Amino acid sequence: MKTSEGHHRALPTVLGKAMRLAATVVFTIFGLLVVTFLIGRVVPVDPVLAVVGDRASQSTYDKVFVELGLDKPLYVQFSLYVEKAVTGDFGESFLTKKPIIDDIARAFPATLELATVGIIIGTLFGVPVGVWAAVRQGKLVDQVVRILGLVGYSAPIFWLGLLGLLVFYAKWGLVAGPGRIDISYEYAFTPKTGLFLLDTAMQGQWGAFRNVVSHIALPAALLGYYSMAYIARMTRSFMLNELAQEYVVTARVKGVAEWRIIWVHALRNAAVPLVTVIALSYAGLLEGSVLTETVFAWPGLGQYLTNSLQNADMNAVLGGTLLIGIIFVGLNLLSDFLYTLLDPRVRRRT
Amino acid sequence: MTADAPRQGLSEWLQSEQPASRRQARLGQAWRTWLAFTKNRLGMVGLGIVLLLVFVAIFADVIAPYDPVIGGDLRTLRLLPPSMDHLMGTDDLARDIFSRVIHGARLTLMVVALVAVIATPIGLLVGTTSGYFGGWLDIVLMRITDIFLAFPRLILALAFVAALGPGIENAIIAIAITSWPPYARLARAETLTIRNAEHIDAIRLQGASPARIIWGHVTPLCLSSVIIRVTLDMAGIILTAAGLGFLGLGAQPPQPEWGAMIAGGRRFLIDYWWVATMPGAAIFLVSLGFNLLGDGLRDVLDPKAAK
Repeated sequence: MKTSEGHHRALPTVLGKAMRLAATVVFTIFGLLVVTFLIGRVVPVDPVLAVVGDRASQSTYDKVFVELGLDKPLYVQFSLYVEKAVTGDFGESFLTKKPIIDDIARAFPATLELATVGIIIGTLFGVPVGVWAAVRQGKLVDQVVRILGLVGYSAPIFWLGLLGLLVFYAKWGLVAGPGRIDISYEYAFTPKTGLFLLDTAMQGQWGAFRNVVSHIALPAALLGYYSMAYIARMTRSFMLNELAQEYVVTARVKGVAEWRIIWVHALRNAAVPLVTVIALSYAGLLEGSVLTETVFAWPGLGQYLTNSLQNADMNAVLGGTLLIGIIFVGLNLLSDFLYTLLDPRVRRRT
Repeated sequence: MTADAPRQGLSEWLQSEQPASRRQARLGQAWRTWLAFTKNRLGMVGLGIVLLLVFVAIFADVIAPYDPVIGGDLRTLRLLPPSMDHLMGTDDLARDIFSRVIHGARLTLMVVALVAVIATPIGLLVGTTSGYFGGWLDIVLMRITDIFLAFPRLILALAFVAALGPGIENAIIAIAITSWPPYARLARAETLTIRNAEHIDAIRLQGASPARIIWGHVTPLCLSSVIIRVTLDMAGIILTAAGLGFLGLGAQPPQPEWGAMIAGGRRFLIDYWWVATMPGAAIFLVSLGFNLLGDGLRDVLDPKAAK
């Protein structure tokens, strides 16, 4: 969003910004389509084989050959691909025999629920710990935050997940095992939103609710830990920045209580860039979910993607990749937008 | 005075205030950087871990007590817990896990090295070209970079491997393709500050072609910051490769790749914890080493960014 500044200076700035934003979004999504198209059609030696796998019959092969438009030139194939993608048609999964978009719509709430609980945990712990580390810079807390961060950046998430299952599920029996819910509770409620925590709570099925909580606790805590490591580190550096400002000195001279300076004055200013960080780590959890969902047999987007991969279901892989890319772009935009909304200085300029 | 020169210690020669040659100045600079780095204790620990990885990878055949691929007697040596004979126990095919982890160091080092060798030049080329020429070329190249950055890295790598087919070579290519955009961004930013420098103008007036200026004069100046970035990324590269291996898309059995070994041990997790745990500890240790080394390097070479 940095290029082509100056061209729009003549336009009213708000309109100009909106147009530039729209152009960026359209261009990026177009780019995502180009990349997924290239991966699906140009990279594999035989795109049809990539879609149907090598065990497909000749008739399936021919059908897909025509469906993909491989008898036509590349640019026609691409426009066909874009046309279909815009209407939400990513083809059919060869694994489930259903349209990709339906499959994804079914899997997405599971990922959304997991990532949301994860980011809530990460924020609730990450922000206070980061503030604390900034206030006691160089002390024990600060070192602990640093080590937690290093472990988060170095340990493979799937390995920590397996260790978690081993200790908390198999050895101590504190949490439920893989999956979203026990089979015995699966029909105790009707999934409306697809977010089981909400569904069970709204229908008053507290037994099922407890079961869902027990299932989500470990994977969400794991994702929460990874986002916490990042959020705490960023909070710390933002807070150090704020605490060195002159208004902090002024507040101290005025006799404002130290906790108020830290938690009200400084944190409020640090909150602006922090929102961006949280939005970005929320997007990062979508990525982390691919491996986490595999470990915890969580029936979300990540598991759908890996299942499709292992069965060479190319349509599903590309549909899922494209969707995750679009969500990524969306969250980036959202963080940009929130930044504008929260920072009076940026707001005034627009 | 020249007669005294040989009597000076090497350290004084390196730290001389008046270097007599370009080589002495360069070596002196490197020596001072190294001295600053040695003061960073965690950085040294990281360097130690990385050197250990290199050492283990080179001498894997000598260190490993058993064959990494061919197992022992399936009747008596399957899934043995860690002991003096088998430091990390054995897996379901009666293979010594310690030996496999040792040999896995080779694969890990190969992945990291090849990804760095492939992705760094691409990033440098795109970034310096974009920054040097500016204008439309810059916009187009940076937009392409942005598109690659718009995908989460692991997911894009997954899609590439899906198209190319599983295997360690394809995993390396996929990771390299997803790694270059940050380097291009960085190289472009550096180029923007360099391209209007007077020495670049001087070379241009001498009639050097843009290719020569970019390759011979701009790229070397971008190199150090890009290398720091690559070092900082290496832990991420290792984790991505391990993730691909875990999903069955990286190295294929019976190759002793750490991620794939964890996937193999997953089935026995509850009764035979060591099969999945040991290779994970190796991944953890090595990426921790690269993280510490990268942080240390950044503190020494780029004090501004450290804050």
